[in-house]
Amino acid sequence: MLFGFHWDTGHGELVFAWSILPMLLRGLVVTIEASIVGFFIALVIGLIFAVLKDVPLKIISYPAYVITEFFRDTPLLVQLFFLYYVLPDYGIILPAFLTGALALGIQYSAYTAEVYRAGIEAVPKGQHEAAKALDLTASLTFTHIVLPQAVPRVVPAMGNYLVSISKDVPVLSVVTVLEMLNVAKIIGDQTFDYLVPLSMVGGLYLILTIVASAAVRWVDAKLPKTGVPMR
Amino acid sequence: MHWTEYLPPLLQGAWVTVELTVYSTILGAVCAFAFGIGKLSRNWAIKGFSIVYIEIFRGTSLLVQLFWLYFALPIAGDLIGINLRLPPVAAGVLALGLNIGAYGAEVVRGAIQAVRPSQYEAAKALNFTAQQALWRIALPQAIPEMMPAFGNLAVQNLKDTALASLISLGDLAFRAEQVRNFTQDSTTVYSMILLMYFGMALVLTAIMRLLERSVGRWRGARS
Repeated sequence: MLFGFHWDTGHGELVFAWSILPMLLRGLVVTIEASIVGFFIALVIGLIFAVLKDVPLKIISYPAYVITEFFRDTPLLVQLFFLYYVLPDYGIILPAFLTGALALGIQYSAYTAEVYRAGIEAVPKGQHEAAKALDLTASLTFTHIVLPQAVPRVVPAMGNYLVSISKDVPVLSVVTVLEMLNVAKIIGDQTFDYLVPLSMVGGLYLILTIVASAAVRWVDAKLPKTGVPMR
Repeated sequence: MHWTEYLPPLLQGAWVTVELTVYSTILGAVCAFAFGIGKLSRNWAIKGFSIVYIEIFRGTSLLVQLFWLYFALPIAGDLIGINLRLPPVAAGVLALGLNIGAYGAEVVRGAIQAVRPSQYEAAKALNFTAQQALWRIALPQAIPEMMPAFGNLAVQNLKDTALASLISLGDLAFRAEQVRNFTQDSTTVYSMILLMYFGMALVLTAIMRLLERSVGRWRGARS
């Protein structure tokens, strides 16, 4: 029994599969929640790194560069263990779900920082010059000229990272987060049948990523391609 | 216990991680070329099989694939009466290689398609067969274009090997977990292996750069 649902092992594989579907769907909800929370953390931390890496002072930009490189080149699993076992030693006790989402966010912040930079650098130089000619302040230029043009350029890449994050969520099962793979593993441990639950997780993942990728393409198609339309 | 005493078990694990990375990267490269070229095939069976392989391994999570091969495959084998019980090393190399191979296949396909059509026309004009055009004209020009993406995938693969510790394979992450259980010194152990993984990734990146430079010579003269 899991989440108040019972599995039925006595009436063949199909009945068994149908009986565990509600449990796996509960796990799927946690997978999606963890993906979204992790994604937002990655968006925020990534933006901070993107700004820091652009600072003209080497003493700030170089450490930011090394730290993102470190985040990118070390395994998510080890980063997760580090947060889960080391933070409590310093008095920071987070629930497993938040620790997991934080690990996802930290790992992917290294990737999103690069996306932000590419998006900002892709805004033509003439836009900056025009803003200067119109006597806009630096902050107004950034928020009203650069960002509105950079955002449409970064959305597809960011969307792809959201899909990637969802595929990394099963790693969170090692710190007891009850996402979809963990649910399937528990069902397998209890019923000695791993084939059905693990295959169903594979199928559900396929559906999730196909739908999510289609959504990213749809959003991308809706976005203006060059600049923003005048209002 | 002094931190230097952690080193022997961790280095032992690091060597397993290196082996795992090398084997699975080689398997991944083979899969990438086989299925990347297969996806461009005119034979619908080869093309269809390549597309299904790529979609399944890119569309699902690596950890799910790893668990499936290790926990579910033996049961599937029992159903059809074959012993498919894989040792952890085999399951690890297979899952990592097949997973990274699917991502690599898309890189291979993209790079081959990016070879200019005039190159194929010239090959045809010179009476090259389709095979010759692929091996002697398209691939030598496409491979240098694949290298930067392959470099990223190799590092990705190195990081992914840590997941093999979850099917009790004695790699670096697994040894670290053992040392931590024994000493309860999480901060030192995890800081050490984070740095070790970082070091290995830097070495791997350097190797891939060298490889990139050496195949760069195959690039045709740009018009």
